[in-house]
Amino acid sequence: MKRRHLLASAALGLGLAFSGAANAQMDKVKACFVYVGPVGDGGWTYQHDVGRQDVEAAFGDRVETAFQENVPEGADAERVLTQMALSGCNIIFTTSFGYMDPTNAVAAKFPNVMFEHATGYKRDHPNVSTYNARFYEGRAVQGTIAGRMTKTNKIGYIASFPIPEVVMGINSYYLHAKKVNPDVELTVVWAYTWFDPAKEADAAKAMIEQGVDVIAAHTDSTAPLAEAAKSNGAVIGFGQASDMSEYAPSPRVSSIIDNWGPYYVKRVGQLLDGTYESGDAWEGISGGEVLIGDITDAVPAEVKAEAEAMRDAIAAGSYHPFTGPINKQDGSAWLAEGQTAPDGDLLGMGFYVEGITGEIPK
Amino acid sequence: MDFGSINPAVLIASLMVAAVPIMLAALGELIVEKSGVLNLGVEGMMIIGAIAGFIVAVNTGSPVIGFIGGAVAGAALSLVFAFLTQFLLTNQVATGLALTLFGLGLSSLAGQGYNGIKPPPTNAVPFGPLADIPFLGRVLFAHDWMVYFSILMVAVTWYVLKSTRLGLIIRAVGENHEAAHSLGYKVTRVRIGCIMFGGAMAGMGGAYISLVRVPQWVDGITSGAGWIALAIVVFASWRPWRVLIGAYLFGGITVLQLNLQAAGSAIPVEYLSMAPYLVTILVLVIMSSGRGKASLNAPASLGQNFHASH
Repeated sequence: MKRRHLLASAALGLGLAFSGAANAQMDKVKACFVYVGPVGDGGWTYQHDVGRQDVEAAFGDRVETAFQENVPEGADAERVLTQMALSGCNIIFTTSFGYMDPTNAVAAKFPNVMFEHATGYKRDHPNVSTYNARFYEGRAVQGTIAGRMTKTNKIGYIASFPIPEVVMGINSYYLHAKKVNPDVELTVVWAYTWFDPAKEADAAKAMIEQGVDVIAAHTDSTAPLAEAAKSNGAVIGFGQASDMSEYAPSPRVSSIIDNWGPYYVKRVGQLLDGTYESGDAWEGISGGEVLIGDITDAVPAEVKAEAEAMRDAIAAGSYHPFTGPINKQDGSAWLAEGQTAPDGDLLGMGFYVEGITGEIPK
Repeated sequence: MDFGSINPAVLIASLMVAAVPIMLAALGELIVEKSGVLNLGVEGMMIIGAIAGFIVAVNTGSPVIGFIGGAVAGAALSLVFAFLTQFLLTNQVATGLALTLFGLGLSSLAGQGYNGIKPPPTNAVPFGPLADIPFLGRVLFAHDWMVYFSILMVAVTWYVLKSTRLGLIIRAVGENHEAAHSLGYKVTRVRIGCIMFGGAMAGMGGAYISLVRVPQWVDGITSGAGWIALAIVVFASWRPWRVLIGAYLFGGITVLQLNLQAAGSAIPVEYLSMAPYLVTILVLVIMSSGRGKASLNAPASLGQNFHASH
């Protein structure tokens, strides 16, 4: 009895010591990462892993990193997270939308481990933070290029899953293409996968056969660009998540680069010097979290200048990609003249803007 | 059915391309199963073929040598399976599953440093004026040589199984290995040969994905094609020409559902996405209810290990 009591109080003391550690300086931090695809996908997961390497480079011996790739979204993720928390990770970055519930479930069991979930919105526990990047800003630049470059007036978007993040990208891409080219039509194909190169390539092929000549992708691999490359310059596309410069100057005419490194370095640094606090981060072009990859010579100079002006205006804060008047697909008003979209509307976005045909799958 | 703006010629042409990997792998597995062996490692052999074919093609600059490399690698991996199941008499189901896991891991390791490289292109076979025939030209005469090769292989497997002495021996071994053994046929040797053929075909199918269909290497590129190939063999009730139909049906529906989406069809995406699987289940149900004919066609010794005790 006595011995059990002793153990319990020791455990309590240990717990207190650790829970205090969140606000105290730490000598060494173990940062762990959970990836949805392989680090060799050349896109989304690759960029997160670049961020992880930035953390290692920034702190050297004071940080230890670990990662697990190809973790399915669901019950497996919970097992992986539990394993990581038990193995001494101080901070765990979960880098896909589908890890939202597993992250919060595991965070409840390990109050002394900090959890950072990418692209989600649930922060059920004090040790859960969320972070995201304003990719829709990059989509505005891509939409501008797409609207100007299309010869068939048909542009395409390979969508992954019907979540706000993706719908936001589709709307931004379409609005800005429409702005410079009123005749433009948007084709959306839902692939229902983040990563399946053969299916992504088939989706791109199906769109090309329908006359689409500018393709943006919201999936993780370079397969859509590889498919576009077969067209000998007739079809262009964009690097997604990573620069994908191996497909430059054409079909890859520009790209959205997810630059996670600065955020990861900042958060791990805060944990080291004791200033870490849970929160919600959503940076865009201005914060350097979304980079626009070099616009190649396959794009005429005046289009390039226009796209770069768009990028700079967004970076300077003088232009918001969702500025009214904008109607929803059914014709009802969303934003009035001059009104910009509140973040809450964007994070829960479940509707197309006016002019897009088709329905968002439920 | 309203296909909207979909051009049927283009659709048929692209489903023929989409079906090549699963068709090759399914043909190989058909021979393996005809000899009485169940190898569930098709996915593993395909992805090894995909990376090996890619590496060879990139380093030699020749896609043809790449396909041969993929076939050799697939056959080499299948030898692991052959050794374990034919000599050590391990459980075929468990060994096959292990082979898939092993292949996925090994391909990821071998593929380090091959991300983002473009393989040498495999061009369409030049048929000259034939390719300009309306409709038929696009459907029949605008493909790369592997598409024709895959159809040729269907004919070859059909002919060999049906009309040659070799086919008779393979079938005898698969139907009743004891009887085949007492007739003097080398059961183990025949099965190893069939397993290697299956590995080579799966490897070639994998190489087609990394060299033609996606043209690049990324980890996990086959993403389940091997399992579909396994399903097609059962679907085809172990008959080569039905493998062709099954592969075209499956490849066709996948391509069709993406095309219907791109064409702005009003059918909800969820139904389109599950269509290939629904049709497969449906056809399996219809076929197996046909007075038990299809189930009778399964090789009698399928999945049973053979040990010559005398």
